[in-house]
Amino acid sequence: MMEKMIFGRYVPAQSLIHRMDPRSKLVIIFLFVCIVFIANNSLTYGLLAIYTLVMISLSKVPFRFIISGLKPVLWLVLFTLLLHLFLTKEGELLFQAGWFSIYEEGLRQGIFISLRFFLLILMTSILTLTTTPIEITDGLENLLHPLNKVKFPVHELALMMSISLRFIPTLMQETDKIMKAQTARGVDFSSGPIKDRVKAIIPLLIPLFVNSFKRAEELATAMEARGYRGGEGRTKYRQLSWGIKDTSMLVFLGILTALLVLFRT
Amino acid sequence: MDISLQKVEYRYQAKTPFERLAIKDVSINIPSGTFLAIIGHTGSGKSTVLQHLNALLKPTAGKVVIGDKEVTADKKQKNLKEVRQKVGIVFQFPEHQLFEETVEKDICFGPMNFGVTMEEAQRRAKVAIKQVGLSEEILSKSPFDLSGGQMRRVAIAGVLAMEPDVIVLDEPTAGLDPRGRKEIMDMFHALHIERKLSTVLVTHSMEDASKYADHIVIMQNGEVYKKGTPEEIFTSPEDLMQLGLDVPEVVRFQQKIEETFHIKFSQTCLTVEMLTKEIASLLKGGGQK
Repeated sequence: MMEKMIFGRYVPAQSLIHRMDPRSKLVIIFLFVCIVFIANNSLTYGLLAIYTLVMISLSKVPFRFIISGLKPVLWLVLFTLLLHLFLTKEGELLFQAGWFSIYEEGLRQGIFISLRFFLLILMTSILTLTTTPIEITDGLENLLHPLNKVKFPVHELALMMSISLRFIPTLMQETDKIMKAQTARGVDFSSGPIKDRVKAIIPLLIPLFVNSFKRAEELATAMEARGYRGGEGRTKYRQLSWGIKDTSMLVFLGILTALLVLFRT
Repeated sequence: MDISLQKVEYRYQAKTPFERLAIKDVSINIPSGTFLAIIGHTGSGKSTVLQHLNALLKPTAGKVVIGDKEVTADKKQKNLKEVRQKVGIVFQFPEHQLFEETVEKDICFGPMNFGVTMEEAQRRAKVAIKQVGLSEEILSKSPFDLSGGQMRRVAIAGVLAMEPDVIVLDEPTAGLDPRGRKEIMDMFHALHIERKLSTVLVTHSMEDASKYADHIVIMQNGEVYKKGTPEEIFTSPEDLMQLGLDVPEVVRFQQKIEETFHIKFSQTCLTVEMLTKEIASLLKGGGQK
């Protein structure tokens, strides 16, 4: 059931994007999220789309896999499109049937906004598909390091993040396992009236919660037993290294930004 | 109820980069009343095979026949409830599936899902809790207040109370102490005979397999490596050892005697009692070489 979800999943491969420093990837994603809002006509949106496609092909993650994994999100994109289509009443009237009408501006806005939304999702998916959770948290901890000066618990935040990311697959597996066990005991998760299906969640959720609490306690004990005392004076096994490819990717993004500013209307 | 797997193949996450072939070309027959043991290393596909036995997984090729139901890749299945009532599965670490407020409610959960009345389910709970070797007082306790071993037994009772015709066990004794292990296996064996059940046991333990099963299937890399009666399987212990699988102590002992004294016993002994008799008769016979 959850096999097709691609959020937070890592696809191992040897590509340029995989080998980039997680810090540069995080910075690029952050900047991308900002510059997406610069675009306001077909040319600039086209540039953004091309950039995203180039990134996907560089990451060597099969395109079809990304699309099939994003199917649930596509509904949201479609919803955005329809919302704009029906509610924006500016520009030339394109189509009318009774109370229902589509205006030129609505169509334009709808396409642009949903494209923007879709590109953002694609780019962030590339980040998680090509970067292991550990790398992401290491990069984030490093980037947020200056905040330590204002007593912001950067290390703890990074630890919390890596623990929760680490346990997503475990939790998924366990959900699958318990679902199967309860299915074998006659629970029907996938058909029947809504009322019964909601009821069927209880025998799934309670064991999941109980096991999660148990696991959290075991993890805490295991960490303390190995002398964990927070981030102070802690060295890193994985060293981050900023290379020429990271700099050039940032420059590439800079060029894109310049083009966007140049061509926007 | 007869179950048969015919050239079954299963791929996890088919058509994604994560696709993984779990089992292929697996054909196993489980006629009514058999005690079958499936043995293999971790990752050999045992658990995948097991989930086909009550249609929790649908084969990606081949077919599974459970009683009069046929499960194949392209057929949409309805009404699997009947199959699931008849084939009860005790998963690995079944104590993880407990969720009700009291032990009694948890045991009744399965049967009541299959349409048994409350009174009947409670009656079954009383029977089942004794079968697994616990006292009736435990019925009113919360399952989360019990010890690990007790929780395991309660979970097993929950499956027994469904009164299945076929019972499938996925390493039911993993993580138990030796005594608990023997008690639970003896109980399943007794039930097997008493209720004329079919039993499928997935295990690492050769000792258990040779002691209880009348058929053994050995899985290796997702395929059936060997199948037969315990005698047939253990007549060539070298094969098993090559696979890195354990051979029962008795069989190893017999092999050592045969090597040391250059003799051959008339059969492969699977229990200490059998071997003792063989040795005794050999000694009485004056040691024919």
